[in-house]
Amino acid sequence: MGADHGHTLHWHGHSPLHRAPAHLKVVGLVVFVLAVVATPNHWYAAFAGWLALLLGVIAVSGVPLRYLLPRMVAEVPFVVFAVLLPFIAQGERVEVLGLSVSASGLVAAFGLLAKGTIGVLASLTLAATTETTALLIGLQRLRVPAQLIQIMSFMVRYLDVVTSELGRMRVARESRGFRARDPRQWPVLARTLGALFIRTYERGERVHLAMLSRGYDGTIPEAALAAPARAHGSHGHAHHGAPQPGTSTQPHPGRAAREVAAR
Amino acid sequence: MSTPVLDVAGLAFAYPDGHQALFGVDLHVHAGERVALLGPNGAGKTTLVMHLNGILGPDAGTAAGSVAVSGLPVAKDHLREIRRRVGIVFQDPDDQLFMGTVRADVAFGPANLGLTGAALDRRVMEALEQVGMTEFVDRPPHHLSFGQRRRVAVATVLAMQPEILVLDEPSSNLDPASRRELADVLRSLDVTVLMVTHDLPYALELCPRAVVLSEGRVVADAPTIEVLTDEALMTRHRLELPWGFDPAAAVRLTTG
Repeated sequence: MGADHGHTLHWHGHSPLHRAPAHLKVVGLVVFVLAVVATPNHWYAAFAGWLALLLGVIAVSGVPLRYLLPRMVAEVPFVVFAVLLPFIAQGERVEVLGLSVSASGLVAAFGLLAKGTIGVLASLTLAATTETTALLIGLQRLRVPAQLIQIMSFMVRYLDVVTSELGRMRVARESRGFRARDPRQWPVLARTLGALFIRTYERGERVHLAMLSRGYDGTIPEAALAAPARAHGSHGHAHHGAPQPGTSTQPHPGRAAREVAAR
Repeated sequence: MSTPVLDVAGLAFAYPDGHQALFGVDLHVHAGERVALLGPNGAGKTTLVMHLNGILGPDAGTAAGSVAVSGLPVAKDHLREIRRRVGIVFQDPDDQLFMGTVRADVAFGPANLGLTGAALDRRVMEALEQVGMTEFVDRPPHHLSFGQRRRVAVATVLAMQPEILVLDEPSSNLDPASRRELADVLRSLDVTVLMVTHDLPYALELCPRAVVLSEGRVVADAPTIEVLTDEALMTRHRLELPWGFDPAAAVRLTTG
């Protein structure tokens, strides 16, 4: 299912949340997370309110909680830190389950946990209801610099390619009897990563060559990213040979110089 | 005779590390021709291809000779027009298709040429139609099969309406059905083709003429059937037909 719809975090659906424009969702997420983070740690009721609001939104989106919850493992490092807080923080001590812990640490831990959980859950909701390409277009509308969008779209495009390359390397390793069981074998894994880096770097060069061959001059033309103009309907009649006005043949010294520099 | 689409004269090239890849290559391809470029690994085929659209040239190493496309010399000051005229389809479609959707990828070339709006759309759809991939226009390339990606890669170049289509190993890694589908597509195109390949039956099927490059020199330029049946030439330049393949019989089969 996930394979057909962009990325593994996406849950295919047609709810109002799925249909909402991506840039509105991004703005909504940012505002919501900022509000949550700005809430003082001891306003417990406020956190309950935020969580209720978020769960309401998730209910509207139709994405099942059992789909979102396993994907919250990203939060684990924060949980570990939050659990440590009551033990390492200073100040007044209280007894909880027979252990002496710091009262302020306990509140801080709660705050961290609540803010982290709500933030991660909200982000997952955005990811589950937004296609990757829609997200990129949304970010573009929010005037995120084009370079960043390009980097992100390359990442999205080549994530599968690189993952499957890594997968093939693992299969090839294991086919020759390798098992990564103990740290003595880590050098092999390190070499695999090194090889993957070189391969990816070389692929980058080949992609660049292929782009240059199609007239790339350092910026991806916006027209290539735009959605199709809906008004056409006349495609199909061929008109080869006759050059179109857009494909002017005049030399373009500035561009050519940049292209050479780009090599 | 008219101006050749591709006019390579005395092209020699040595990489900066001193490795000489080409030793005076002469090659003319005329409009409407489909020519196979054959040769063993390391013969200089890729180096030659990279010269055709100016990726390699005098400032990438030591070069002599000239390349012209429909009379326009390949030189820095009109690389853009050269790259429109020479469409190179690279071997790995994952190198060629780098955008989020098939549409954006096919639009990339013509948009670089300045096309926008409805004209750009039309160009994209036409190119996809030529390779039979219109229904995949809004799909991300990484969800297509390998054969489909190769066809889209051809479309990305066709969208620039090139005068010559240069294909690097078009049949590599394709299953027999995709290989045949691509052959159908290539045969249906009204464009000059230069096809670099090790797949000799494919060369015979699609290209009436073959050029053999070996150790940086053109050692044969003749009808494909003559090249493939010249055993001495084939052995000398490490060219081998697949087991059991008889080019003469194959030609008899197709000509009836």
